[in-house]
Amino acid sequence: MIRLEAIHRDFQVGDQVVHALDDINLEISQGEYISVMGPSGSGKSTLLNLIGLLDHPTAGKYFLNDRNVTELDEEEESLTRNQQIGFVFQAFHLVPRLTAAQNIELPLILAGRNPEERAELVERALSAMHLQDRAHHRPEQLSGGQRQRVAIARATVTEPSVLLTDEPTGNLDQHSGLDVMEALEALNDRNITLIIVTHDEALGARSPRAIRMLDGRIESDSGS
Amino acid sequence: MRASDVLLFGWRALYGYRTRTVFMLIAMSIGVAAVMMLTALGEGAQRYVRNEFASLGTNLVIILPGRSETSGVGLGSIMGVTPRDLTIDDAKALRQHPAVRRVAPINVGAAEASWQSRKREVTVVGSTHEILGVRHWQMERGKFLPKGDWDRASSVCVLGSKIRDELFGAHAAIGQWVRLGENRYRVIGVMASEGRSIGIDVEDMVIIPVASAQSLFNVPSLFRVLIEAKSHTSIPRVIDFAKQTIKQRHQGEEDITVVTQDAVLSTFDRILGALTYSIAGIAAISLAVAGILIMNVMLIAVSQRTSEIGLLKALGASRHTILLLILIEALLLSVVGGLLGLGIGQLGSWGLRAAFPDLQAYPPNWAMLASVMVAVVTGVLFSLLPASKASKLDPVMALSRH
Repeated sequence: MIRLEAIHRDFQVGDQVVHALDDINLEISQGEYISVMGPSGSGKSTLLNLIGLLDHPTAGKYFLNDRNVTELDEEEESLTRNQQIGFVFQAFHLVPRLTAAQNIELPLILAGRNPEERAELVERALSAMHLQDRAHHRPEQLSGGQRQRVAIARATVTEPSVLLTDEPTGNLDQHSGLDVMEALEALNDRNITLIIVTHDEALGARSPRAIRMLDGRIESDSGS
Repeated sequence: MRASDVLLFGWRALYGYRTRTVFMLIAMSIGVAAVMMLTALGEGAQRYVRNEFASLGTNLVIILPGRSETSGVGLGSIMGVTPRDLTIDDAKALRQHPAVRRVAPINVGAAEASWQSRKREVTVVGSTHEILGVRHWQMERGKFLPKGDWDRASSVCVLGSKIRDELFGAHAAIGQWVRLGENRYRVIGVMASEGRSIGIDVEDMVIIPVASAQSLFNVPSLFRVLIEAKSHTSIPRVIDFAKQTIKQRHQGEEDITVVTQDAVLSTFDRILGALTYSIAGIAAISLAVAGILIMNVMLIAVSQRTSEIGLLKALGASRHTILLLILIEALLLSVVGGLLGLGIGQLGSWGLRAAFPDLQAYPPNWAMLASVMVAVVTGVLFSLLPASKASKLDPVMALSRH
């Protein structure tokens, strides 16, 4: 479902070229649950951004659902992100002036769905994250765990095939972190591909497949 | 994205940042209101002058002694003849044309008016019975100057109502003798207030026969001659006739200046029109300033909302969508600001009319339309830069700025 072939991602930093990703080859099947681990600067977030079509490789090919997405134009890329990919960030990235329901509604608005359909899908997403009673609360009125569950609801309301999460429990206490992980894993049980980037060994140990990165390369892949 | 959702998104952004929105609306509405109120003032002044000139009379041709154009070497100058004054006989001659309805010779001067122990300086207008019709004046009581020989210097006068009040107070004026300079005149009538216009306040003058005025001021000439043509279309014929008649009477010299009401009015119209456009232009600068303010605030907003824009991109917003969202936000601001300004401008114009009833300060339709259009165009144009900047943000970099 996800296939990366000889992916390179270089950054120019002053006079130097930094190889953030160096010859990455990776295959991920639909419904897999993978953790990507490694020290800071190992390239794991860059890999996540590439898979999420937020960044582009310097060289190599990326196939998403058998389609070479490295050749998409900006409009097609945006559409693919909207329909097939969900993001969950460490910093939640909720729009502060919008309520929980309005935040969840955002990707549906961008997709051009009609208000009735949006209301139904938002209601369902809120219910799946046990947030029905927080629908009209603004982010500042929610706890960290609730904010992250709103972010998960937003990421999954369009029913994407892949969910990309970057340190999803990084800003949460242990109890809330566990809640969030259970919510994410429940989504994986519904055949959504789940990729988690984390420093946390315990968190990484929860996934059946772990990829370890170092200096822009895949050092180990328990799935290969 | 659906059009209604783009508007909804813009509305939510404006509502979400209320303080910023209110300040931008104030800036925009003040700009629009300024344009409306200043053009209302300009239009009011134009209307006022037009009305004042209309009250001078209808189909009026004014003859002034002397020429306004530079003349070359003519027979008169070779013979050492200076331009001649206008006389009562000249004025009489100007009556001899079928297109002329009325002719009123005029002399003007100042003299001390007194009755018993009361004295004051007054403007004395010397004319004939015809001036009443030419200038559309009305009598409050008594009679106006008698018809008859213009050369006869009879000792009668008609008072303006203000002069009457000040000299006579509660006493009856008609039949009394007032002194003007060294001469005495019997009061035969009192003028009504109608007919006040630029330069002449009918309430504040004394009218005596034209020959009496020449005697009083010891001048053989006239200040000017007013001719009322029978119709608007006959004015050019009356002008030609007046020029030819005076030329014949003045030894071939065309030593008069002919002014029509329309010419004076159109000159004033041009001046006041230019003034209106100038002040509208100055007011439009405030709109441009409001536009620059919108640009600055939108730039700051884009900077503050970098992370939000990054998120929208991550959620599937294209560059085009981001551009559209920011522009719609600016458009909403400009439209609401413009409409608000329209309301404030109407209110301000109403205030102007209440404070200065003579100045019918109604904002012209073109100014209302133009100010709102300029507000909208300015708002959107000045938002292009911040919108473009937002649309080009790198989502990874934008998301990292949380």
